[in-house]
Amino acid sequence: MTAATRPFLAEFGDAEAVLDAAQRLRRDGFRIVDALTPFPVPKLAGLLGARASLIRPVMALAGFGVALLFVGLQVYSQAYAYPLNSGGRPLASWQVYMLVPFETGVLAAAAAGFLVLLWRTGLPRLHHPLFAVPGIERATQDRFFLVVDGPADARDARRFDRALLEAGAISVGEIGA
Amino acid sequence: MSAVPKVHAPVPEGRLLPAGFDDVDVTAAVSDPVLVRRSWRLWWIALAATLPFVAATLVGLAVVLGVGIGTWGINSTIVWGVAIANYVWWIGIGNAGTLISSLLAVTRQDWRASINRFAEAMTLFAVSIAGLFPIIHLGRPEYFYWLAPYPNTMQLWPQWRSALVWDFWAILSYLLFSLMFWYLGLIPDAATLRDRATTRRAQVFYGALALGWRGSARHWALHTRLHMTMAALAVPLVCSVHSIVGLDFAASLMPGWQETIFPPYFVVGAMYSGFAMVVVLAILIRWGLGLQSVITLKHFDAMGLVILLCALVMTLSYATEWMMAWYGGEHAERSLVVHEFAGTYAPLYWLLLLFNCILPQVLWSPKARGNLWVMALVSIGINVGMWLERILIIWNTLGHTELPSTRHPFVMSAIDWTFLIGPLGLFAFLFLLFARFFPVVSMYEVRELAHKQREAAGAAGRGAP
Repeated sequence: MTAATRPFLAEFGDAEAVLDAAQRLRRDGFRIVDALTPFPVPKLAGLLGARASLIRPVMALAGFGVALLFVGLQVYSQAYAYPLNSGGRPLASWQVYMLVPFETGVLAAAAAGFLVLLWRTGLPRLHHPLFAVPGIERATQDRFFLVVDGPADARDARRFDRALLEAGAISVGEIGA
Repeated sequence: MSAVPKVHAPVPEGRLLPAGFDDVDVTAAVSDPVLVRRSWRLWWIALAATLPFVAATLVGLAVVLGVGIGTWGINSTIVWGVAIANYVWWIGIGNAGTLISSLLAVTRQDWRASINRFAEAMTLFAVSIAGLFPIIHLGRPEYFYWLAPYPNTMQLWPQWRSALVWDFWAILSYLLFSLMFWYLGLIPDAATLRDRATTRRAQVFYGALALGWRGSARHWALHTRLHMTMAALAVPLVCSVHSIVGLDFAASLMPGWQETIFPPYFVVGAMYSGFAMVVVLAILIRWGLGLQSVITLKHFDAMGLVILLCALVMTLSYATEWMMAWYGGEHAERSLVVHEFAGTYAPLYWLLLLFNCILPQVLWSPKARGNLWVMALVSIGINVGMWLERILIIWNTLGHTELPSTRHPFVMSAIDWTFLIGPLGLFAFLFLLFARFFPVVSMYEVRELAHKQREAAGAAGRGAP
């Protein structure tokens, strides 16, 4: 990306059009910075290289970790801290010690996943430069947007315009212009 | 009654959305009642109607905490009563919300998209109400925190082998999990409401809830991954939570309670009463907010089939209980089954069988499933029948002691009735607030569904010769 390229915002009316445009632009060598859609479009995420690969491992780690912690707590309290012979039951009766860790493990996994989501999305972020663009509020309703690095020169600009036109863009504009 | 025009084209037979339903339609249909609707008169009337029940619940709480649990009908023989039955019943209702969001998501059932938001809200309110009962039913409720392993000077540890301690963690985990799951799904819709808000106050409120969501595809990838993973976790969570509730009884040595069937039987029972409650709420929401194009007859057909399946499983479970009591030859259990059918509470038991086993059989008929009056009546009957089942599990087993001299019937006191009726109004109150200020249908999921339908129709059109 040269210093001359500025971000462009292209607006589309449906998911098929925005996917088509994204494929054309990538084929023509333009960099798609982001896409804004009112519902998840999985193929678009693939085209952008958007990954969510951190979520499940972190959730698994947190879930199993907290579960193990609770098993440890129960064994410690019943076998070491205050051992009590109740009806001849074994002190470390692990079978019944599985229930609470399961519940708390699931909760911890969910909470960890949520924290990863917040961290990786950067949310809460109540102010973003894109919110200043007029018409952007339809991104959460019925319009699909592409944020693309603009063309570097005139020849690029022709390919850029053609790709967007053929895909059926409703409007194209430079951001911040 | 609604000032909002009824939405759009009729839904074709057997379809989930009207043909050509687009993103504008669902967004307008769901967010306009929250943001722009002018006439809320009926809502205010309904809210006012729930206030006496809310007040009654608060008065009941004050009496139970201030005067004591002696104000209930419990006696030295029947030591558990309405509080525990209510607790089990409300948790059961809550389970259906999670099952609709999670189990149906994991099994890719598209018809969940229109109903999962308010079903999850139902879960939150039901579990919150349920959580009150284990605390207030304690003889010394001020020490309820002893159930948690906090550092203390008394060398006190929780009894980890007790089902009641498992309950504490199960309910806590379930409530917080459900809250996170519901909120996760709400974030994109809160963004929609923020962007459609007509007042600054609404914009700030929904904007804060939306955390600045802008629909970025990168964010959607993370959101979808987390949502699906949480849905996959929620299914075993629901099963384990209600199994633990069943173990409250089954981990004991009482005749009629010590049955290995209890955990799965309670889980199915929860799904049963929960779906019945969802049907009633769906009928009310559909009518009250004019969402006929989004909550369709196909949804009720699907829910009716789930209810019918549960009815059959519950009937089989009851039959198993009777069969094992007879087959096992244990006198205490056989005597209990006879007591169920012919003893003090026999009329209630027969009513239970009518509502839970007999009446829902009408749902075999597709016409019955498509008739909302029938669905409503059957669902209300199921909810009543399931409460009767919970209370009779307690009354029959505890009341049918070895020696006839200790058998005392349970007489419901005024405070018992207060706790039976009051929370129903409290639930309605919370639900009305939810329906007023939040989108009752998950807009982004219905948009996704409409998109999938269009893609499928397009592919079918291209593929057809």
